[in-house]
Amino acid sequence: MSLRSDSISVIRDGRAILDSVTVELEPARFTAVMGPNGAGKSSLRKTLSGEWSPDKGSVYLDNTPLHSLPAAVLARRRAVLPQEPRLAFPFSIEEVTRIGRYPWRGLATPAEDAAAVADALRAVGLAAPPEALYTRLSGGEKQRLHLARILAQLARPAAAPQLPCFLFLDEPTNNLDLAGRQTCLRLARRLADNGTAVFAILHDPNDAARYADNVWLLRDGRLFASGPAESVLTTPRLSEVFGVPIATATANGTAVFFARDPSHSPSK
Amino acid sequence: MKAFEAKRGAWLIPALAGLTLALSLASLAHGTVPVATGAIASILLGQAGLPPVFGAYETFEEVIILSIRLPRLLLGLAIGATLAMAGACLQGLFRNPLADPGLIGVAGGGGIGAVAAFVLGGTVIGALPALEAWILPLFAATGSIATTFLVYQLAKVRGVVSVPHLLLTGIAVNAIATALIGSLIFLATDDQLRRFAFWTLGSLQRAGWRECLPLIAVAVITLAWLPRYGRALDALLLGESEAYHLGVDLDRVKRALVLLCATAVGAGVAVAGIIGFIGLVAPHLIRLIAGPGHRVLLPAAALLGAALLVGADLIARTALAPAEIPIGILTALVGGPFFLYLLHRDKQRLVP
Repeated sequence: MSLRSDSISVIRDGRAILDSVTVELEPARFTAVMGPNGAGKSSLRKTLSGEWSPDKGSVYLDNTPLHSLPAAVLARRRAVLPQEPRLAFPFSIEEVTRIGRYPWRGLATPAEDAAAVADALRAVGLAAPPEALYTRLSGGEKQRLHLARILAQLARPAAAPQLPCFLFLDEPTNNLDLAGRQTCLRLARRLADNGTAVFAILHDPNDAARYADNVWLLRDGRLFASGPAESVLTTPRLSEVFGVPIATATANGTAVFFARDPSHSPSK
Repeated sequence: MKAFEAKRGAWLIPALAGLTLALSLASLAHGTVPVATGAIASILLGQAGLPPVFGAYETFEEVIILSIRLPRLLLGLAIGATLAMAGACLQGLFRNPLADPGLIGVAGGGGIGAVAAFVLGGTVIGALPALEAWILPLFAATGSIATTFLVYQLAKVRGVVSVPHLLLTGIAVNAIATALIGSLIFLATDDQLRRFAFWTLGSLQRAGWRECLPLIAVAVITLAWLPRYGRALDALLLGESEAYHLGVDLDRVKRALVLLCATAVGAGVAVAGIIGFIGLVAPHLIRLIAGPGHRVLLPAAALLGAALLVGADLIARTALAPAEIPIGILTALVGGPFFLYLLHRDKQRLVP
């Protein structure tokens, strides 16, 4: 039960934006994917979630090649929160969340659908009422709502076999305030604790250190380092990958990463 | 369950069905010769072999209802409903509330077919006289469907139809179609030109049972089939990749929607010419009342489109009787300003 890639490469305009990446997502593990802009994080997300086919290598879900699975079958095993979801039509909050139930039509009972929608909305802590219109929400509220839609998609009906799911979050904390950020990452952590394999593109190493089990560091389309969070997240390695000096300080007994700016630091 | 969407649409569908029925009866009753409602009911019952319980009627009334007004009414209902439902589907597919069947080449291609029928049809009829009545609908329908197919094929990027490409290809192909129509007009005689000009204004005047029946069959199939894609269209409003992640079979859905819309609208264009604005205004009004969810939008827009076109045809036939106003003029004259009013009144909800 896993989603793995076998030395996948993606070539665009003659350049490998993903270069021989072999990784595996396991149930009940939270994997943080990090790297500088243009390192190939979103390309890896698109290829592992089935949106793109790799030009070399293959992606396998439980040993079945991903590209041979129909969209409908795949949608019952994995959900994706894209970087910038867009929706220009005035659906209500309840209706947007219900779109997440699309893969389960004919399989879930109306009561299960209603429960999945209500649970998802409760979990993301959206303050607006279910009949409020999407187009009137703020950026952060929209982000929470799309997260609710993804949660509704992952809620398996009793009639479906209970298989582990794969959740892809592409920079899920964009647009979120501090509280929203915590809600989102805690939710992802809880899903992982309950058996979901979580793939989250994160920018802040502190978020990765706090919530993730594994970390994949990408640079120039290659997997630069991977492994348990505490062994991958070291200051020399982060400094090398991101190209800025990164240091730690201790606050309340926890190490906190921060990027030093040489031009502003007190000179010796 | 389905709490909100169902609630918003619960009263809407019966109300629209009532409106359509009332306008249909009015359309049968009014015209150069008025026919009483009781007589209409008796005539229709008579067709089912039942006694005229709603009152007696004259033979000429029976002829007017059965061979003139009834086929025309059914044609109006079928074309109005398919224009509106196809408009709603394509607006969903293009994620653009201003999309229209014209965008994928239906009107432009139909226009080429029609002008070719007027200009070159005489030669074909000379060779095959049996085709005379069919030449215009045949040419127009072929033009519509072939052009849409061409647009669809040209919009493929690495074997996959991309929706933005579909839109832009449609614009380019429509421009080429306009040029082709222009060159055929250049060859046309004054009389051919006049007939083509009237065709572009749209009319239900040519309706007899012979033209109606194939069109009604196409319309019924389309109207029954398209709502199956309602939930997929809801998902498509989030974007193509999101719809894919939700399990929508993008290729199949796009192909089915484009094909069904082109066939149904193309068949309507073939019989009645170009009737604008129904496909734009009807879905908009429903979205304002019931929101953008396609499970209510598609059937409700179809009912409203049918009612609007039958109503417009009633005015077209009676306002300047015995002369008849081309119906496309009416729908554009009423639809255009109304659309501007909607845009102005509620900018945020219409085009967010």
